[in-house]
Amino acid sequence: MLTPNNPAQFAPLARIVHWVMAALLLAMLFIGVSMVSSLGSYHMLLSIHRRLGILILVLAAIRLATRMFTRLPAFPPTMSQPERFVAKASELLMYTLFFALPLVGWGMLSAGHYPIVMFGAVHLPPILPARPGLYAKLRETHTILAYLLFLTFLAHLGAVLFHTLILRDRLLNRMVPWSVRAIEGEGRH
Amino acid sequence: MKIIESNTISEPPVVPLRNEGLLGQLAAIGVLLALILGFFLYAGGWLTPHALTPASIVNTFERVAGMHSGFRRNHAKGVCVTGYFESNGQGQAISKSLVFLPERVPIVGRFAFAGGQPYAADSAQTVRSLAILFKLPDGEEWRTAMINIPVFLVNTPQAFNEFLVVSSPEPGTGKVNATAMNAFLSRHPETAAALKMIGSHPFSSGFGDSPYFALNAFRFINAGGESVPVRWWVAPEETFSRANSPVTGKNYLFDALIKQVHAKPLRWHLFLTVGKPEDPTAQAASPWPPDRRQIDAGTLTIDSIESEDTSPTRDINFDPLVLPDGIAPSDDPLLSARSAVYSQSFIRREGERKSPSAVSPAEVGK
Repeated sequence: MLTPNNPAQFAPLARIVHWVMAALLLAMLFIGVSMVSSLGSYHMLLSIHRRLGILILVLAAIRLATRMFTRLPAFPPTMSQPERFVAKASELLMYTLFFALPLVGWGMLSAGHYPIVMFGAVHLPPILPARPGLYAKLRETHTILAYLLFLTFLAHLGAVLFHTLILRDRLLNRMVPWSVRAIEGEGRH
Repeated sequence: MKIIESNTISEPPVVPLRNEGLLGQLAAIGVLLALILGFFLYAGGWLTPHALTPASIVNTFERVAGMHSGFRRNHAKGVCVTGYFESNGQGQAISKSLVFLPERVPIVGRFAFAGGQPYAADSAQTVRSLAILFKLPDGEEWRTAMINIPVFLVNTPQAFNEFLVVSSPEPGTGKVNATAMNAFLSRHPETAAALKMIGSHPFSSGFGDSPYFALNAFRFINAGGESVPVRWWVAPEETFSRANSPVTGKNYLFDALIKQVHAKPLRWHLFLTVGKPEDPTAQAASPWPPDRRQIDAGTLTIDSIESEDTSPTRDINFDPLVLPDGIAPSDDPLLSARSAVYSQSFIRREGERKSPSAVSPAEVGK
């Protein structure tokens, strides 16, 4: 699994998309939770929410493709086998949510007989038939998945901060947008 | 062990944990995560449970009208209709929307009484509504929900929620609390003025001979990019007659509408009232000066009627902000609030078990 050829970092595109998605997803979680309790800003927030949701779906596809076709950096030695398993499982969960949340949102609007307006006259086709019970179920699912993503994000942030600030194992270097070489380690080959 | 790992992945040696400061660092991370969580809870309204929200307004509807599973929380009693809109092209002067090209687009719609009681008896004094969904050729939609009063009662969602409470009969007495209503009107002279104006416009005898007004102002944008404030309304081709037909049953006004549509298609003209730049767009309770330009944009024809029980229109949310390109919201705070509250009502009713509509398929078929 770990070969000397493992790069020190994720592929450049993967790193860029990671940070763009991180900003967008965090914004989306806050927009989503704000708009459902908002009267005056509801429409404006919902318009942004729909567009960003579709953008995130596109970015998630780019990210998944990048992940599948590039080599991944190794885990740092500070991570035990169980911790690596948890890291992989949470990564799988996050990727699933990156796709599931926008698709459930799109499907929910389709089932609720709403036009899926992007901007101007541009709108997306429905991906599910209009069905009242289905709309209600997907609407609820969308909320539950969003809370799940928020909690996963907190766990992810907490774990990375723990590694980076306390264990100081430079885990974060694998994902920083700039290029990092493992300079200090190279002397010991 | 550490050396082997370091060799394989070129990692620097791990700095061993030092106990002093560790708790502080852990606490700092914990505080950061707690702050993000707290901000999230604040954004979602969990820390301000008494704030006015879409859910709390829908709760007000449920409180004053009672809980009626599966029905719209307002305009609960209704029938569904279909037909078409024939544009005459005049609307293109102020809007680039495809709906104003001189063509025919299909419409679905719904006539209803205001109020959250789906089995209330018809009354000529109850506010009536007509909601229309225009299906544009490119898949866009224009949804509008109109009522038969010439101005709205309030200007803000807060005032609406309060008015809903003070204008509803109290559980004990079965009457409106006059003291509370007068207190509200003294704080909201715009509502007092609106009620006066509504009082001077008697309701028509039925659904078919009534005008319906969209009340809120919107922005229309034409092909040249010019934006003008617009309020629209529909005027019946049927001759307006005063409300005086005899009450023959619980659904007598719906029955009359059914009979009319079965006899011949009913038509309304869509009028676009074009405001001047100085006309307020955020005051739904105030009329614009009566001399404002009126564009007759075309004819709505309703040629088929159906019970909610069999119509897919039952499951359409007539959200006033489902708009085509060329029509945009104004700064009226009621628009976004209506959109939010309609959505909340829709979410609730679509998850509930449906009960039969007061106007049954058999009744519509006869």
